[in-house]
Amino acid sequence: MAQDVWKGAYPSRVSLGHKRSRQLKEGAIAGLFFVAATIGAFTTAGIILSLAGETIAFFRVVSFVEFITETQWTPLFSIKKFGIWPLVSATALTSLIALVVAVPLGLMSAIYLSEFAHPKARAVLKPALEVLAGVPTVVYGFFALTVMTPFLQRFIDMTLFNSLSPGIVMGVMIVPLVASLSEDAMSSVPQALREGAYGLGATRMEVATRVVVPAALSGIVASIILALSRAVGETMIVAIAAGQNPTFTFDPRVPVETMTTYIVQVSLGDTPYGSLSYRTLFAVGSTLFVLTFVMNIFSFWFVRKFREVYD
Amino acid sequence: MAVTTAEQFPAREQFRPRLGFRKVTGVIFTGIGLVAIAIGLGMLVWLLIDTFVSGLPWLDRQFLTSFDSRFPDQAGAKAAIYGTAYMMFFTMVIALPIGVMSAIYLEEYAREGKLKSFIQINISNLAAVPSIIYGLLGLQVFVRWMELGRSVLAGSLTMALLILPIIVVATQEALRAVPPSIRDASYGVGATRWETIRYHLLPYALPGILTGNILAASRAIGESAPLITIGALTFVPFTPNGPLDRFTVLPIQIFNWVSRAQQDFQGVAAAGIIVLLVVLLLMNSVAIFLRQKLQRRF
Repeated sequence: MAQDVWKGAYPSRVSLGHKRSRQLKEGAIAGLFFVAATIGAFTTAGIILSLAGETIAFFRVVSFVEFITETQWTPLFSIKKFGIWPLVSATALTSLIALVVAVPLGLMSAIYLSEFAHPKARAVLKPALEVLAGVPTVVYGFFALTVMTPFLQRFIDMTLFNSLSPGIVMGVMIVPLVASLSEDAMSSVPQALREGAYGLGATRMEVATRVVVPAALSGIVASIILALSRAVGETMIVAIAAGQNPTFTFDPRVPVETMTTYIVQVSLGDTPYGSLSYRTLFAVGSTLFVLTFVMNIFSFWFVRKFREVYD
Repeated sequence: MAVTTAEQFPAREQFRPRLGFRKVTGVIFTGIGLVAIAIGLGMLVWLLIDTFVSGLPWLDRQFLTSFDSRFPDQAGAKAAIYGTAYMMFFTMVIALPIGVMSAIYLEEYAREGKLKSFIQINISNLAAVPSIIYGLLGLQVFVRWMELGRSVLAGSLTMALLILPIIVVATQEALRAVPPSIRDASYGVGATRWETIRYHLLPYALPGILTGNILAASRAIGESAPLITIGALTFVPFTPNGPLDRFTVLPIQIFNWVSRAQQDFQGVAAAGIIVLLVVLLLMNSVAIFLRQKLQRRF
């Protein structure tokens, strides 16, 4: 490869004479790459514009006060009520159940991998755990509905569709997110801090819980917020296993409908462009986007603000 | 830690090492860590075993070669497999060049400054946007404004935007791993910036770039929410013939089967999941192979 350049560029000094055409080509290529790099910015703009346009149209018909105070969501019935709370409560419930599962499992896995595991064991276990994040979410949905729910029904009296089972399965899905990012944060804590603690007579566990975890706290918190944001935006698991009943409840045993499930439910039906139910998609989508966006920004900000820098 | 603070140091008579207790707690703690990992991996194994047990009886030649049906024993994944292949082809044709070019711009052309950090922050933000939001973007922009309809092309454009951040970040990492001395040597013999990229950086970074693209593609293959939102079909008795035809993909087909009332369709869904997982396994094996065998270390 390198030889081609040499042959192409060096002996034919003539080609170096075409300075202008060479510069033109360089400029054109740089321009092309720049245009490609701006597509990301256009995507963000496109998301905001398309969400905002239909959401504004939605709020011309439905009052914003009703949207955030009403506790019933029945836009597809004859008596239409547009209160976002049933969808928000369902999303909050499933996501919190997921966090209750993912935070202890993910953190303990991270501490074990970073502080206790033999390097060889870590080289196998960490990628193995990350496989969990690569399984398509529709597969988790299938698992929640056909395996986890019947399993839980042996111990708890609950309906086929509920928020507990998809919440737990979603928690398993985001374990690698918590584990991987937290482990990165812990691994980057300098060895000198650990050795200092060992020198004072601390045991391995004391080093892990009282030195490494506090030092890596900003990364750990950020990983948890990112995992929460993933759970809030997760669609297929809850669409399959949590039901399609928008009820304002925090009972994990009954069917609910999350924001994402509502979008799926309406999309599966035949919704005419420009109708009010078409616009509810974007009103719910905007709510979801704003929620996850705030979480993501907060997590970036948190890392930047509280990161311990060692040299 | 009681032992470490200065004010407790003089009170030596109060310090009880309790070494036995502390060591036992440590062992228990390690055990909990191992159990946590075991639970995660155990769930994975449970999921796989259960899927294979219920899906394998349904997985036969007929399943791969026939269209969907109301009857479980006649239902097949042909339309979904073709749809997935079509959609993935167009997705990668769109996303790969754009993603690689933006990464090259960010790593090799952009000067440090506000514009670069704006583009960079924007990309990390996009990576964290829920996939279903991309579906709403696709529905409004590609299906409505550009009037592509609920077609393969509209789906591919949506998916391409979804995986673009993954490709950009992976390509950037691959380019960063090429040592600056290679660039300096190339500039030193009079090569231009593009010649340096074309003949020196891309060849070295290629395994990393390919790995990143395969991982991005495997993300797209498993996604269904954005495609449901743009209105991909759930019952399709035909294969698409061009980019403007309507289509379905494997995960949507699986979702459709899972949602049906008849118990037998759970088995059919499991068979579809096995097909999906095998494809993903193959793709990831290729990615790991590329990373292990072709990657050059400097």
